[in-house]
Amino acid sequence: MSKQAQHWEKTRGLLIMTLAIWFVFSIGIFLFGAEMNEVTGPFGYPLTYWFTCQGSLGIFVILIFWFANKQEKIDEEFGFSERGDD
Amino acid sequence: MIKGNFIDNLPKVYGIYTGGFLAFIIIMSIGEQMGMTAKTIGICFVAFTVAIYAIIGYLSRTAQADAYYVAGRQVPTVFNGMATAADWMSGASFVAMAGGIYFKGYGYMALLVGWTGGYVLVASLLAPYLRKFGCYTVPDFIGTRYGGNLTRFLAVVVLTVASFTYVTAQINATGTIASVALDIPFQYAVYVGLISILLCSMLGGMRGVTWTQVAQYIVLIIAYLLPVFWISNKMGAGFFPHFMLADEVARIGELEQQFGFVKNAAADLKTVPKGLAGITKAHSAVNATPWGFISLALAMMMGTASLPHVMMRYFTTPSVKAARKSVGWSLFFIFLLYSSAPMLATLSKLSLIDPSLPTGIIGKSIAEVQAIDWYQNWNQANLMFVSDFNGNGTLELNEFFMGGKAVVLATPEIAGLPYVISGLVAAGGMAAAMSTADGLILAIANAISHDVYYKIIDPKAETAKRLVVARVLLVVIGFAGATIAAMEIQGILGSVIWAFDFAMSGLFFPLVLGVWWKRANREGAIAGMALGLISGAGYLIWVRSGGSGFLGITQLTFGIFGSAVSLVAMVVVSLMTSEPSAATQKMVDEVRVPSGRSILGKQ
Repeated sequence: MSKQAQHWEKTRGLLIMTLAIWFVFSIGIFLFGAEMNEVTGPFGYPLTYWFTCQGSLGIFVILIFWFANKQEKIDEEFGFSERGDD
Repeated sequence: MIKGNFIDNLPKVYGIYTGGFLAFIIIMSIGEQMGMTAKTIGICFVAFTVAIYAIIGYLSRTAQADAYYVAGRQVPTVFNGMATAADWMSGASFVAMAGGIYFKGYGYMALLVGWTGGYVLVASLLAPYLRKFGCYTVPDFIGTRYGGNLTRFLAVVVLTVASFTYVTAQINATGTIASVALDIPFQYAVYVGLISILLCSMLGGMRGVTWTQVAQYIVLIIAYLLPVFWISNKMGAGFFPHFMLADEVARIGELEQQFGFVKNAAADLKTVPKGLAGITKAHSAVNATPWGFISLALAMMMGTASLPHVMMRYFTTPSVKAARKSVGWSLFFIFLLYSSAPMLATLSKLSLIDPSLPTGIIGKSIAEVQAIDWYQNWNQANLMFVSDFNGNGTLELNEFFMGGKAVVLATPEIAGLPYVISGLVAAGGMAAAMSTADGLILAIANAISHDVYYKIIDPKAETAKRLVVARVLLVVIGFAGATIAAMEIQGILGSVIWAFDFAMSGLFFPLVLGVWWKRANREGAIAGMALGLISGAGYLIWVRSGGSGFLGITQLTFGIFGSAVSLVAMVVVSLMTSEPSAATQKMVDEVRVPSGRSILGKQ
């Protein structure tokens, strides 16, 4: 397999993982919104309520930075990263 | 003080700017102590900030296509993040979001999840690849990837429909704020707003818009966070509200139990002024079906990834790597405001309904409430209303009505903050609406000037002529938007949500599959864009004219239907027609790696 095909396969793997995490926190947990809200979440807020106003939002921020770093590593591994700028 | 390259000095420049703005707030509060009137303070805040934006817009003037369309592709990651956040957070986010949460609770918070989760799609599916492509506009990508003028033209059509729906709402919001702060009639205030918007973008295009948006972000985030923290401390709710309002949220739940949600008779509701609502939904309980919540969040997420004014912000970063990181920073800066909106809604609601607080009005006698100063002010502004439906002389929860905007605009006054804060909030709302309007008008004007005029009508046009056309279009589109806004035909929030649905109906899959599916071809893209937009719009019209809809898809989520049609049409038509040329496939391969020159830069 060519270097480029391998790079793309890894990139696609990372995409699937990123989208899976995204799916859980944007859609998955809200299937059980009513049940989850009975539980006390961080800082004492009802759990579902906390996810809608802080939890999911914060996780998305972290997820994007995590994704960006991983993708940079993949690009470097195959020598496809850009040079000399940031 | 400032030496060398402007870009290297950015932290210093905006540091001084922020310091200057804080000093201005302090001067204004001293002015208030010395007897400046509320009206003067409001005018000073709006006039001062708009003047600063205009100066930045003038200093960013340019005669180069690269600077005009993509700010010279040298905007650093963090600053692009701030600019995107301002571009993104509209007058609706600033003024109406906390109100929506206040009235509708959980069901409305799908918008918070949707308007942030969409950035994960932007970062992972699109932004870095479109940056590598090196296009000036979103239709530029569609036109080059799929080939042919028809694809380019259709992309411009979808972009224009979505962005224009959005921009009238923003111009409307600048008009509302200008009319209140400057005390002039709305019909004129709309044009004052428009001129302020054009001052930022006319001379410098994307470069001017970028540096004013950073400045606008700083104003709007200070204007949003300062009151939230101040109110929370003043009420003794906690010095860092985000982590400390659990007791307040629980207390609202208790009070809701105690008061109950009494349903008003239809005849009684008729006496309530238009646009005002009472509290009829639980604050923190789950009050929507899973699909109701998820479908709205999903529509907003896919719409986010298809809205061109956001996407084009990532064309301005120096590299592909920077584009990815920049999406993260954008969402971080958005998160600062979005995570504060529910806190403001909580503080606002508790301070009004808790009888044990001095500001609480529920349980007081109607006459007493009607004598309160702030009640009289906001009642006059048509944002508050009480009425003794059951005739017992006391104000009940179901007898108190408020406009959505009042949560942001009136809470500082109710909590007893000085007027300088209200002036600050007006400046923040103006900044939020202006920055979004600028991004949208520029997106439309650039797409028409670059893709329709330069690429389709006159490919030999010189740069100077192209930029004249771009500026003329900017003014024309701005005035068209303002004219429609002046007619006041639609609500702010509804039209914003429609814009997302239109964008996702026509553009989501053509964009995503353009990068991720090599087999996607021109015929497929044409079918995807045309049928997606038509079926989405058709569904909206059908539901609006009394249709029942299906699968629980409402007029707020019609994009789910439109984009599903778009996906099916695109895949089926692509597979039925021949695969894209070898050159196109090679181009897709190159887009997928960050290294090497950009696709369009080569030509």
